[in-house]
Amino acid sequence: MPDLTFILADGSELGFEAHEGVSLMRAATGYGVPGIVAECGGAAACATCHVYIDANWAERLPAPLSDESAMLECTAADRGPTSRLSCQIRLDASLQGLVVRVPDRQY
Amino acid sequence: MNDNGPIVIVGGGHAGAQLCNALAGAGLGARVHLVCDEAELPYQRPPLSKAFLKDAQQAVQLHRAEPWYAEAGITLHRADPAVAIDRTAHTVQLRSGAVLPYAHLVLATGAVARTLPTLPAVLANVAALRSAADALRLRSLLDAARHVTVLGGGFIGLEIAATARALGKQVTVLESAPRLLSRSVSPELAEHVLATHRANGIDLRLGVKVGDFVIDGDRLVSLSVDGQPHAVELLVMGIGAAPQMQLAQDAGLACENGIVVDEALRTSDPAILALGDCASFPEHGSGRRLRLESVQNANDQARSALATLTGQPDPYRALPWFWSEQGSLRLQMAGLMPADGVRHRRAGATPASFSILHYVGDRLACVESVNAPLDHMAARKLLETGKSPAPAEACDPAVPLKSWI
Repeated sequence: MPDLTFILADGSELGFEAHEGVSLMRAATGYGVPGIVAECGGAAACATCHVYIDANWAERLPAPLSDESAMLECTAADRGPTSRLSCQIRLDASLQGLVVRVPDRQY
Repeated sequence: MNDNGPIVIVGGGHAGAQLCNALAGAGLGARVHLVCDEAELPYQRPPLSKAFLKDAQQAVQLHRAEPWYAEAGITLHRADPAVAIDRTAHTVQLRSGAVLPYAHLVLATGAVARTLPTLPAVLANVAALRSAADALRLRSLLDAARHVTVLGGGFIGLEIAATARALGKQVTVLESAPRLLSRSVSPELAEHVLATHRANGIDLRLGVKVGDFVIDGDRLVSLSVDGQPHAVELLVMGIGAAPQMQLAQDAGLACENGIVVDEALRTSDPAILALGDCASFPEHGSGRRLRLESVQNANDQARSALATLTGQPDPYRALPWFWSEQGSLRLQMAGLMPADGVRHRRAGATPASFSILHYVGDRLACVESVNAPLDHMAARKLLETGKSPAPAEACDPAVPLKSWI
């Protein structure tokens, strides 16, 4: 049951406990994190669940596959070095305490 | 009209769910009632024909978890469909007998799977796919079947066929038209889809005439295909969907292939809006009537509906886009395919990856991409901003399409 922290575009923080086995996007939309749109529902088809992973966490995640990498070229907010599509990140116990930033726009 | 009164949304599909999100985001959640036919909270439908069918452990993916609705102040009416609208009294009656007053009513009633008039409505080995309940039933039927017959070579039929094939089933697809996806994609793309599914071992038959059904008790035993009997173990109906507009028709609202709305999504009664799969709207610019069954259309119309409901109508003009995943094929379409376009092919890194660009005169009108998500995202930007690189430039595989944005 990892605890997650989302830092929103306005600087405010949202923290909550998520279920293991679901995607980071699923946890965020279920809770209603503002700024995670996820139009396509997790098919890596829309790039509207873009997040910036906190620098301390970025390297602990498996690298993006080619589809995700391609879609990250097309995010509404600029791609950063730790940009990911949250629908492609599966939550497990190793992500306890994960911190991500939400971009200021998704489309 | 009481502009601070209740907003009643009928239908808990993508459009209804997105409108809840939009209204909650605007701080209006406490005025919202969401009326759902199903007991489930609003959930994602696209996975139902793919990952959900493959894995018995997969749960339905909710748009929002239950506590969110309470925190947003939204009142849910689950498993309690709307049965009548009283436009004079400004009320909606639900099956339970509850009567909900509204200042604004939004119809997001969706579409229902088409059926064949010659086939009994309920048979133990015939399935369609619209809802989570349909998907659960189809999943258990698929689990027990060795051979699956899919009637209709449209997007949902082909997605289910590819999923069934990935589960190791023998799969036959029967399509009455001379090619696949004839209303929605180019002949070149349809040919590629056909070849890919056939190479994957799906028995895909085009231009077939499906005739008599042989029924024994509650089971379909066989159907005739071009006059020959075709034994059926499990039949999946994939012959499209029809807009759900009974409630609107009964209330005297204008309907024609959908609930007729204006560019701000208002029906013939300005206190009532309609959006998503059930709504027939004027295309921005041309004015021709469109009814789109897509997640994009539901999401973007929810944003337009919010603008109308908050007194700042903004004509609906979003670029249509669709996607479909069928086994190894990821199809992404940006813009609607023109009837009179000239088509150019943009090669990708492998033969399984390419895009087809449709031009009307020298205007780029539509881009179909196969396993080329970068092309698709660039195409959406180009089409949204009205940019049209010349075909020779846009199809140069050495230059990324996004260079022309």
